[in-house]
Amino acid sequence: MTVDLPYALTAELTHRCPLHCPYCSNPIELQKRESELSTETWLSVLEQASELGVAQVHFTGGEPLLRSDLEQLIRRARELGLFVNLITSGVGLTEERVRRLSEAGVDSIQLSLQAASPELADTIAGFDAYEWKRQAARHIRQSGLALNMNVVLHRANLHQLEDIAQLCVDWGAQRLELANAQYYGWALRNVDRLLPFKEQLQEAEAAYYRASERFGNRIELIWIVPDYYEDFPKPCMGGWGKISLTVAPDGRVLPCTAASEIRSLSFENVQQRALAWIWRDSPSFNAYRGEAWMAEPCRSCERRELDYGGCRCQAFLLTGDARAADPVCVRSPHRGLILERVGSVLPSDEVTPKYAYRGR
Amino acid sequence: MSQRALSERPRLSSPGRLKYDKARHTELLLLPERVVELNEAAGAILRLCDGQRTIGQIIEELESKYGQTGLGDDIVEFCAIASDKGWLEV
Repeated sequence: MTVDLPYALTAELTHRCPLHCPYCSNPIELQKRESELSTETWLSVLEQASELGVAQVHFTGGEPLLRSDLEQLIRRARELGLFVNLITSGVGLTEERVRRLSEAGVDSIQLSLQAASPELADTIAGFDAYEWKRQAARHIRQSGLALNMNVVLHRANLHQLEDIAQLCVDWGAQRLELANAQYYGWALRNVDRLLPFKEQLQEAEAAYYRASERFGNRIELIWIVPDYYEDFPKPCMGGWGKISLTVAPDGRVLPCTAASEIRSLSFENVQQRALAWIWRDSPSFNAYRGEAWMAEPCRSCERRELDYGGCRCQAFLLTGDARAADPVCVRSPHRGLILERVGSVLPSDEVTPKYAYRGR
Repeated sequence: MSQRALSERPRLSSPGRLKYDKARHTELLLLPERVVELNEAAGAILRLCDGQRTIGQIIEELESKYGQTGLGDDIVEFCAIASDKGWLEV
């Protein structure tokens, strides 16, 4: 089988985070500080990734600002010619920190937002983060860096969609990802409390089109579909081991940020193995490459080249078999699992219920 | 080919950047959220789009580098397409 080269590295520097968002896609078992990779190992990961063909690095977490070596890693990534994106909650992003990050060479900063109103945003985050974010956005813009924003959409904040877009325009963002929640890790634990009901989603979609008309010339709005309400699954990661890789805080190398929850696979660690070997030759990266692994209904499906059978993590988490068709698919024998979940959400359900807060 | 086009001084749109990728032996255009694999000609043109050189100078330089003439129309057209895609700003 020909193995493609990866374009992007997601570097999860830490699982530590001041926020406790109930939709976090980090695994339930969060890595502790003691098991995080050293600066030297991260520097080596960046060098190996660049050699392997990676052109873009996304520093994320948890909250990557909690690593005091972040600037050092950014500097090295830039020396290697990589495009450097930082994904942050904004907590700790003071004017001084933005200046240091900018000097180190960060190319773009993606700031998360939980809701348009401070009260709701802080309830969802389980932390008073809104004011940090407002100030962080100002510091980013004043430094001349491009500001990108993202918000995870779910039952409690979908109704604020237009206000969220307005707020991001006011804060000077040039791009806003409106990402409907995907159910992995903590989000899956909270799925019954996060999943929107159908009419609510339809209203939100209409609001998205209105916002596109109102603000389309000032901000790029990106709508990431709620896959539980789709007929066909998403082409997860653009294919397993095809275009990107993730290094988890403890050094395990994953084809997707959620993959550590696939218990039927074991993942190699950069502390033991070369990154190039892991990408090309490890059993985990080859497990779902290409099509040979597919079972029916995917094996003979004409959509298999479009969506690769959907998401392996979702297949495993919902059916126990990572080779199964993503249950989101109408052709999956497990589609009932999705329909049951979606069908059990009622408009009368509490909007901000008691979440299982991440890391608590 | 218009005189206006020839005197323009295109540069890569910020924060876009080029990277020569040793693994693929090709120039990559790095954009936020996106990587574009360039063919040799596109890579060679974009390398010279530094906001200093005019398109006229870029044509001259590439014609002399490749020992060819008559590249002007293709280079002007490529720069127009690259501007439409948001890769270049004038």
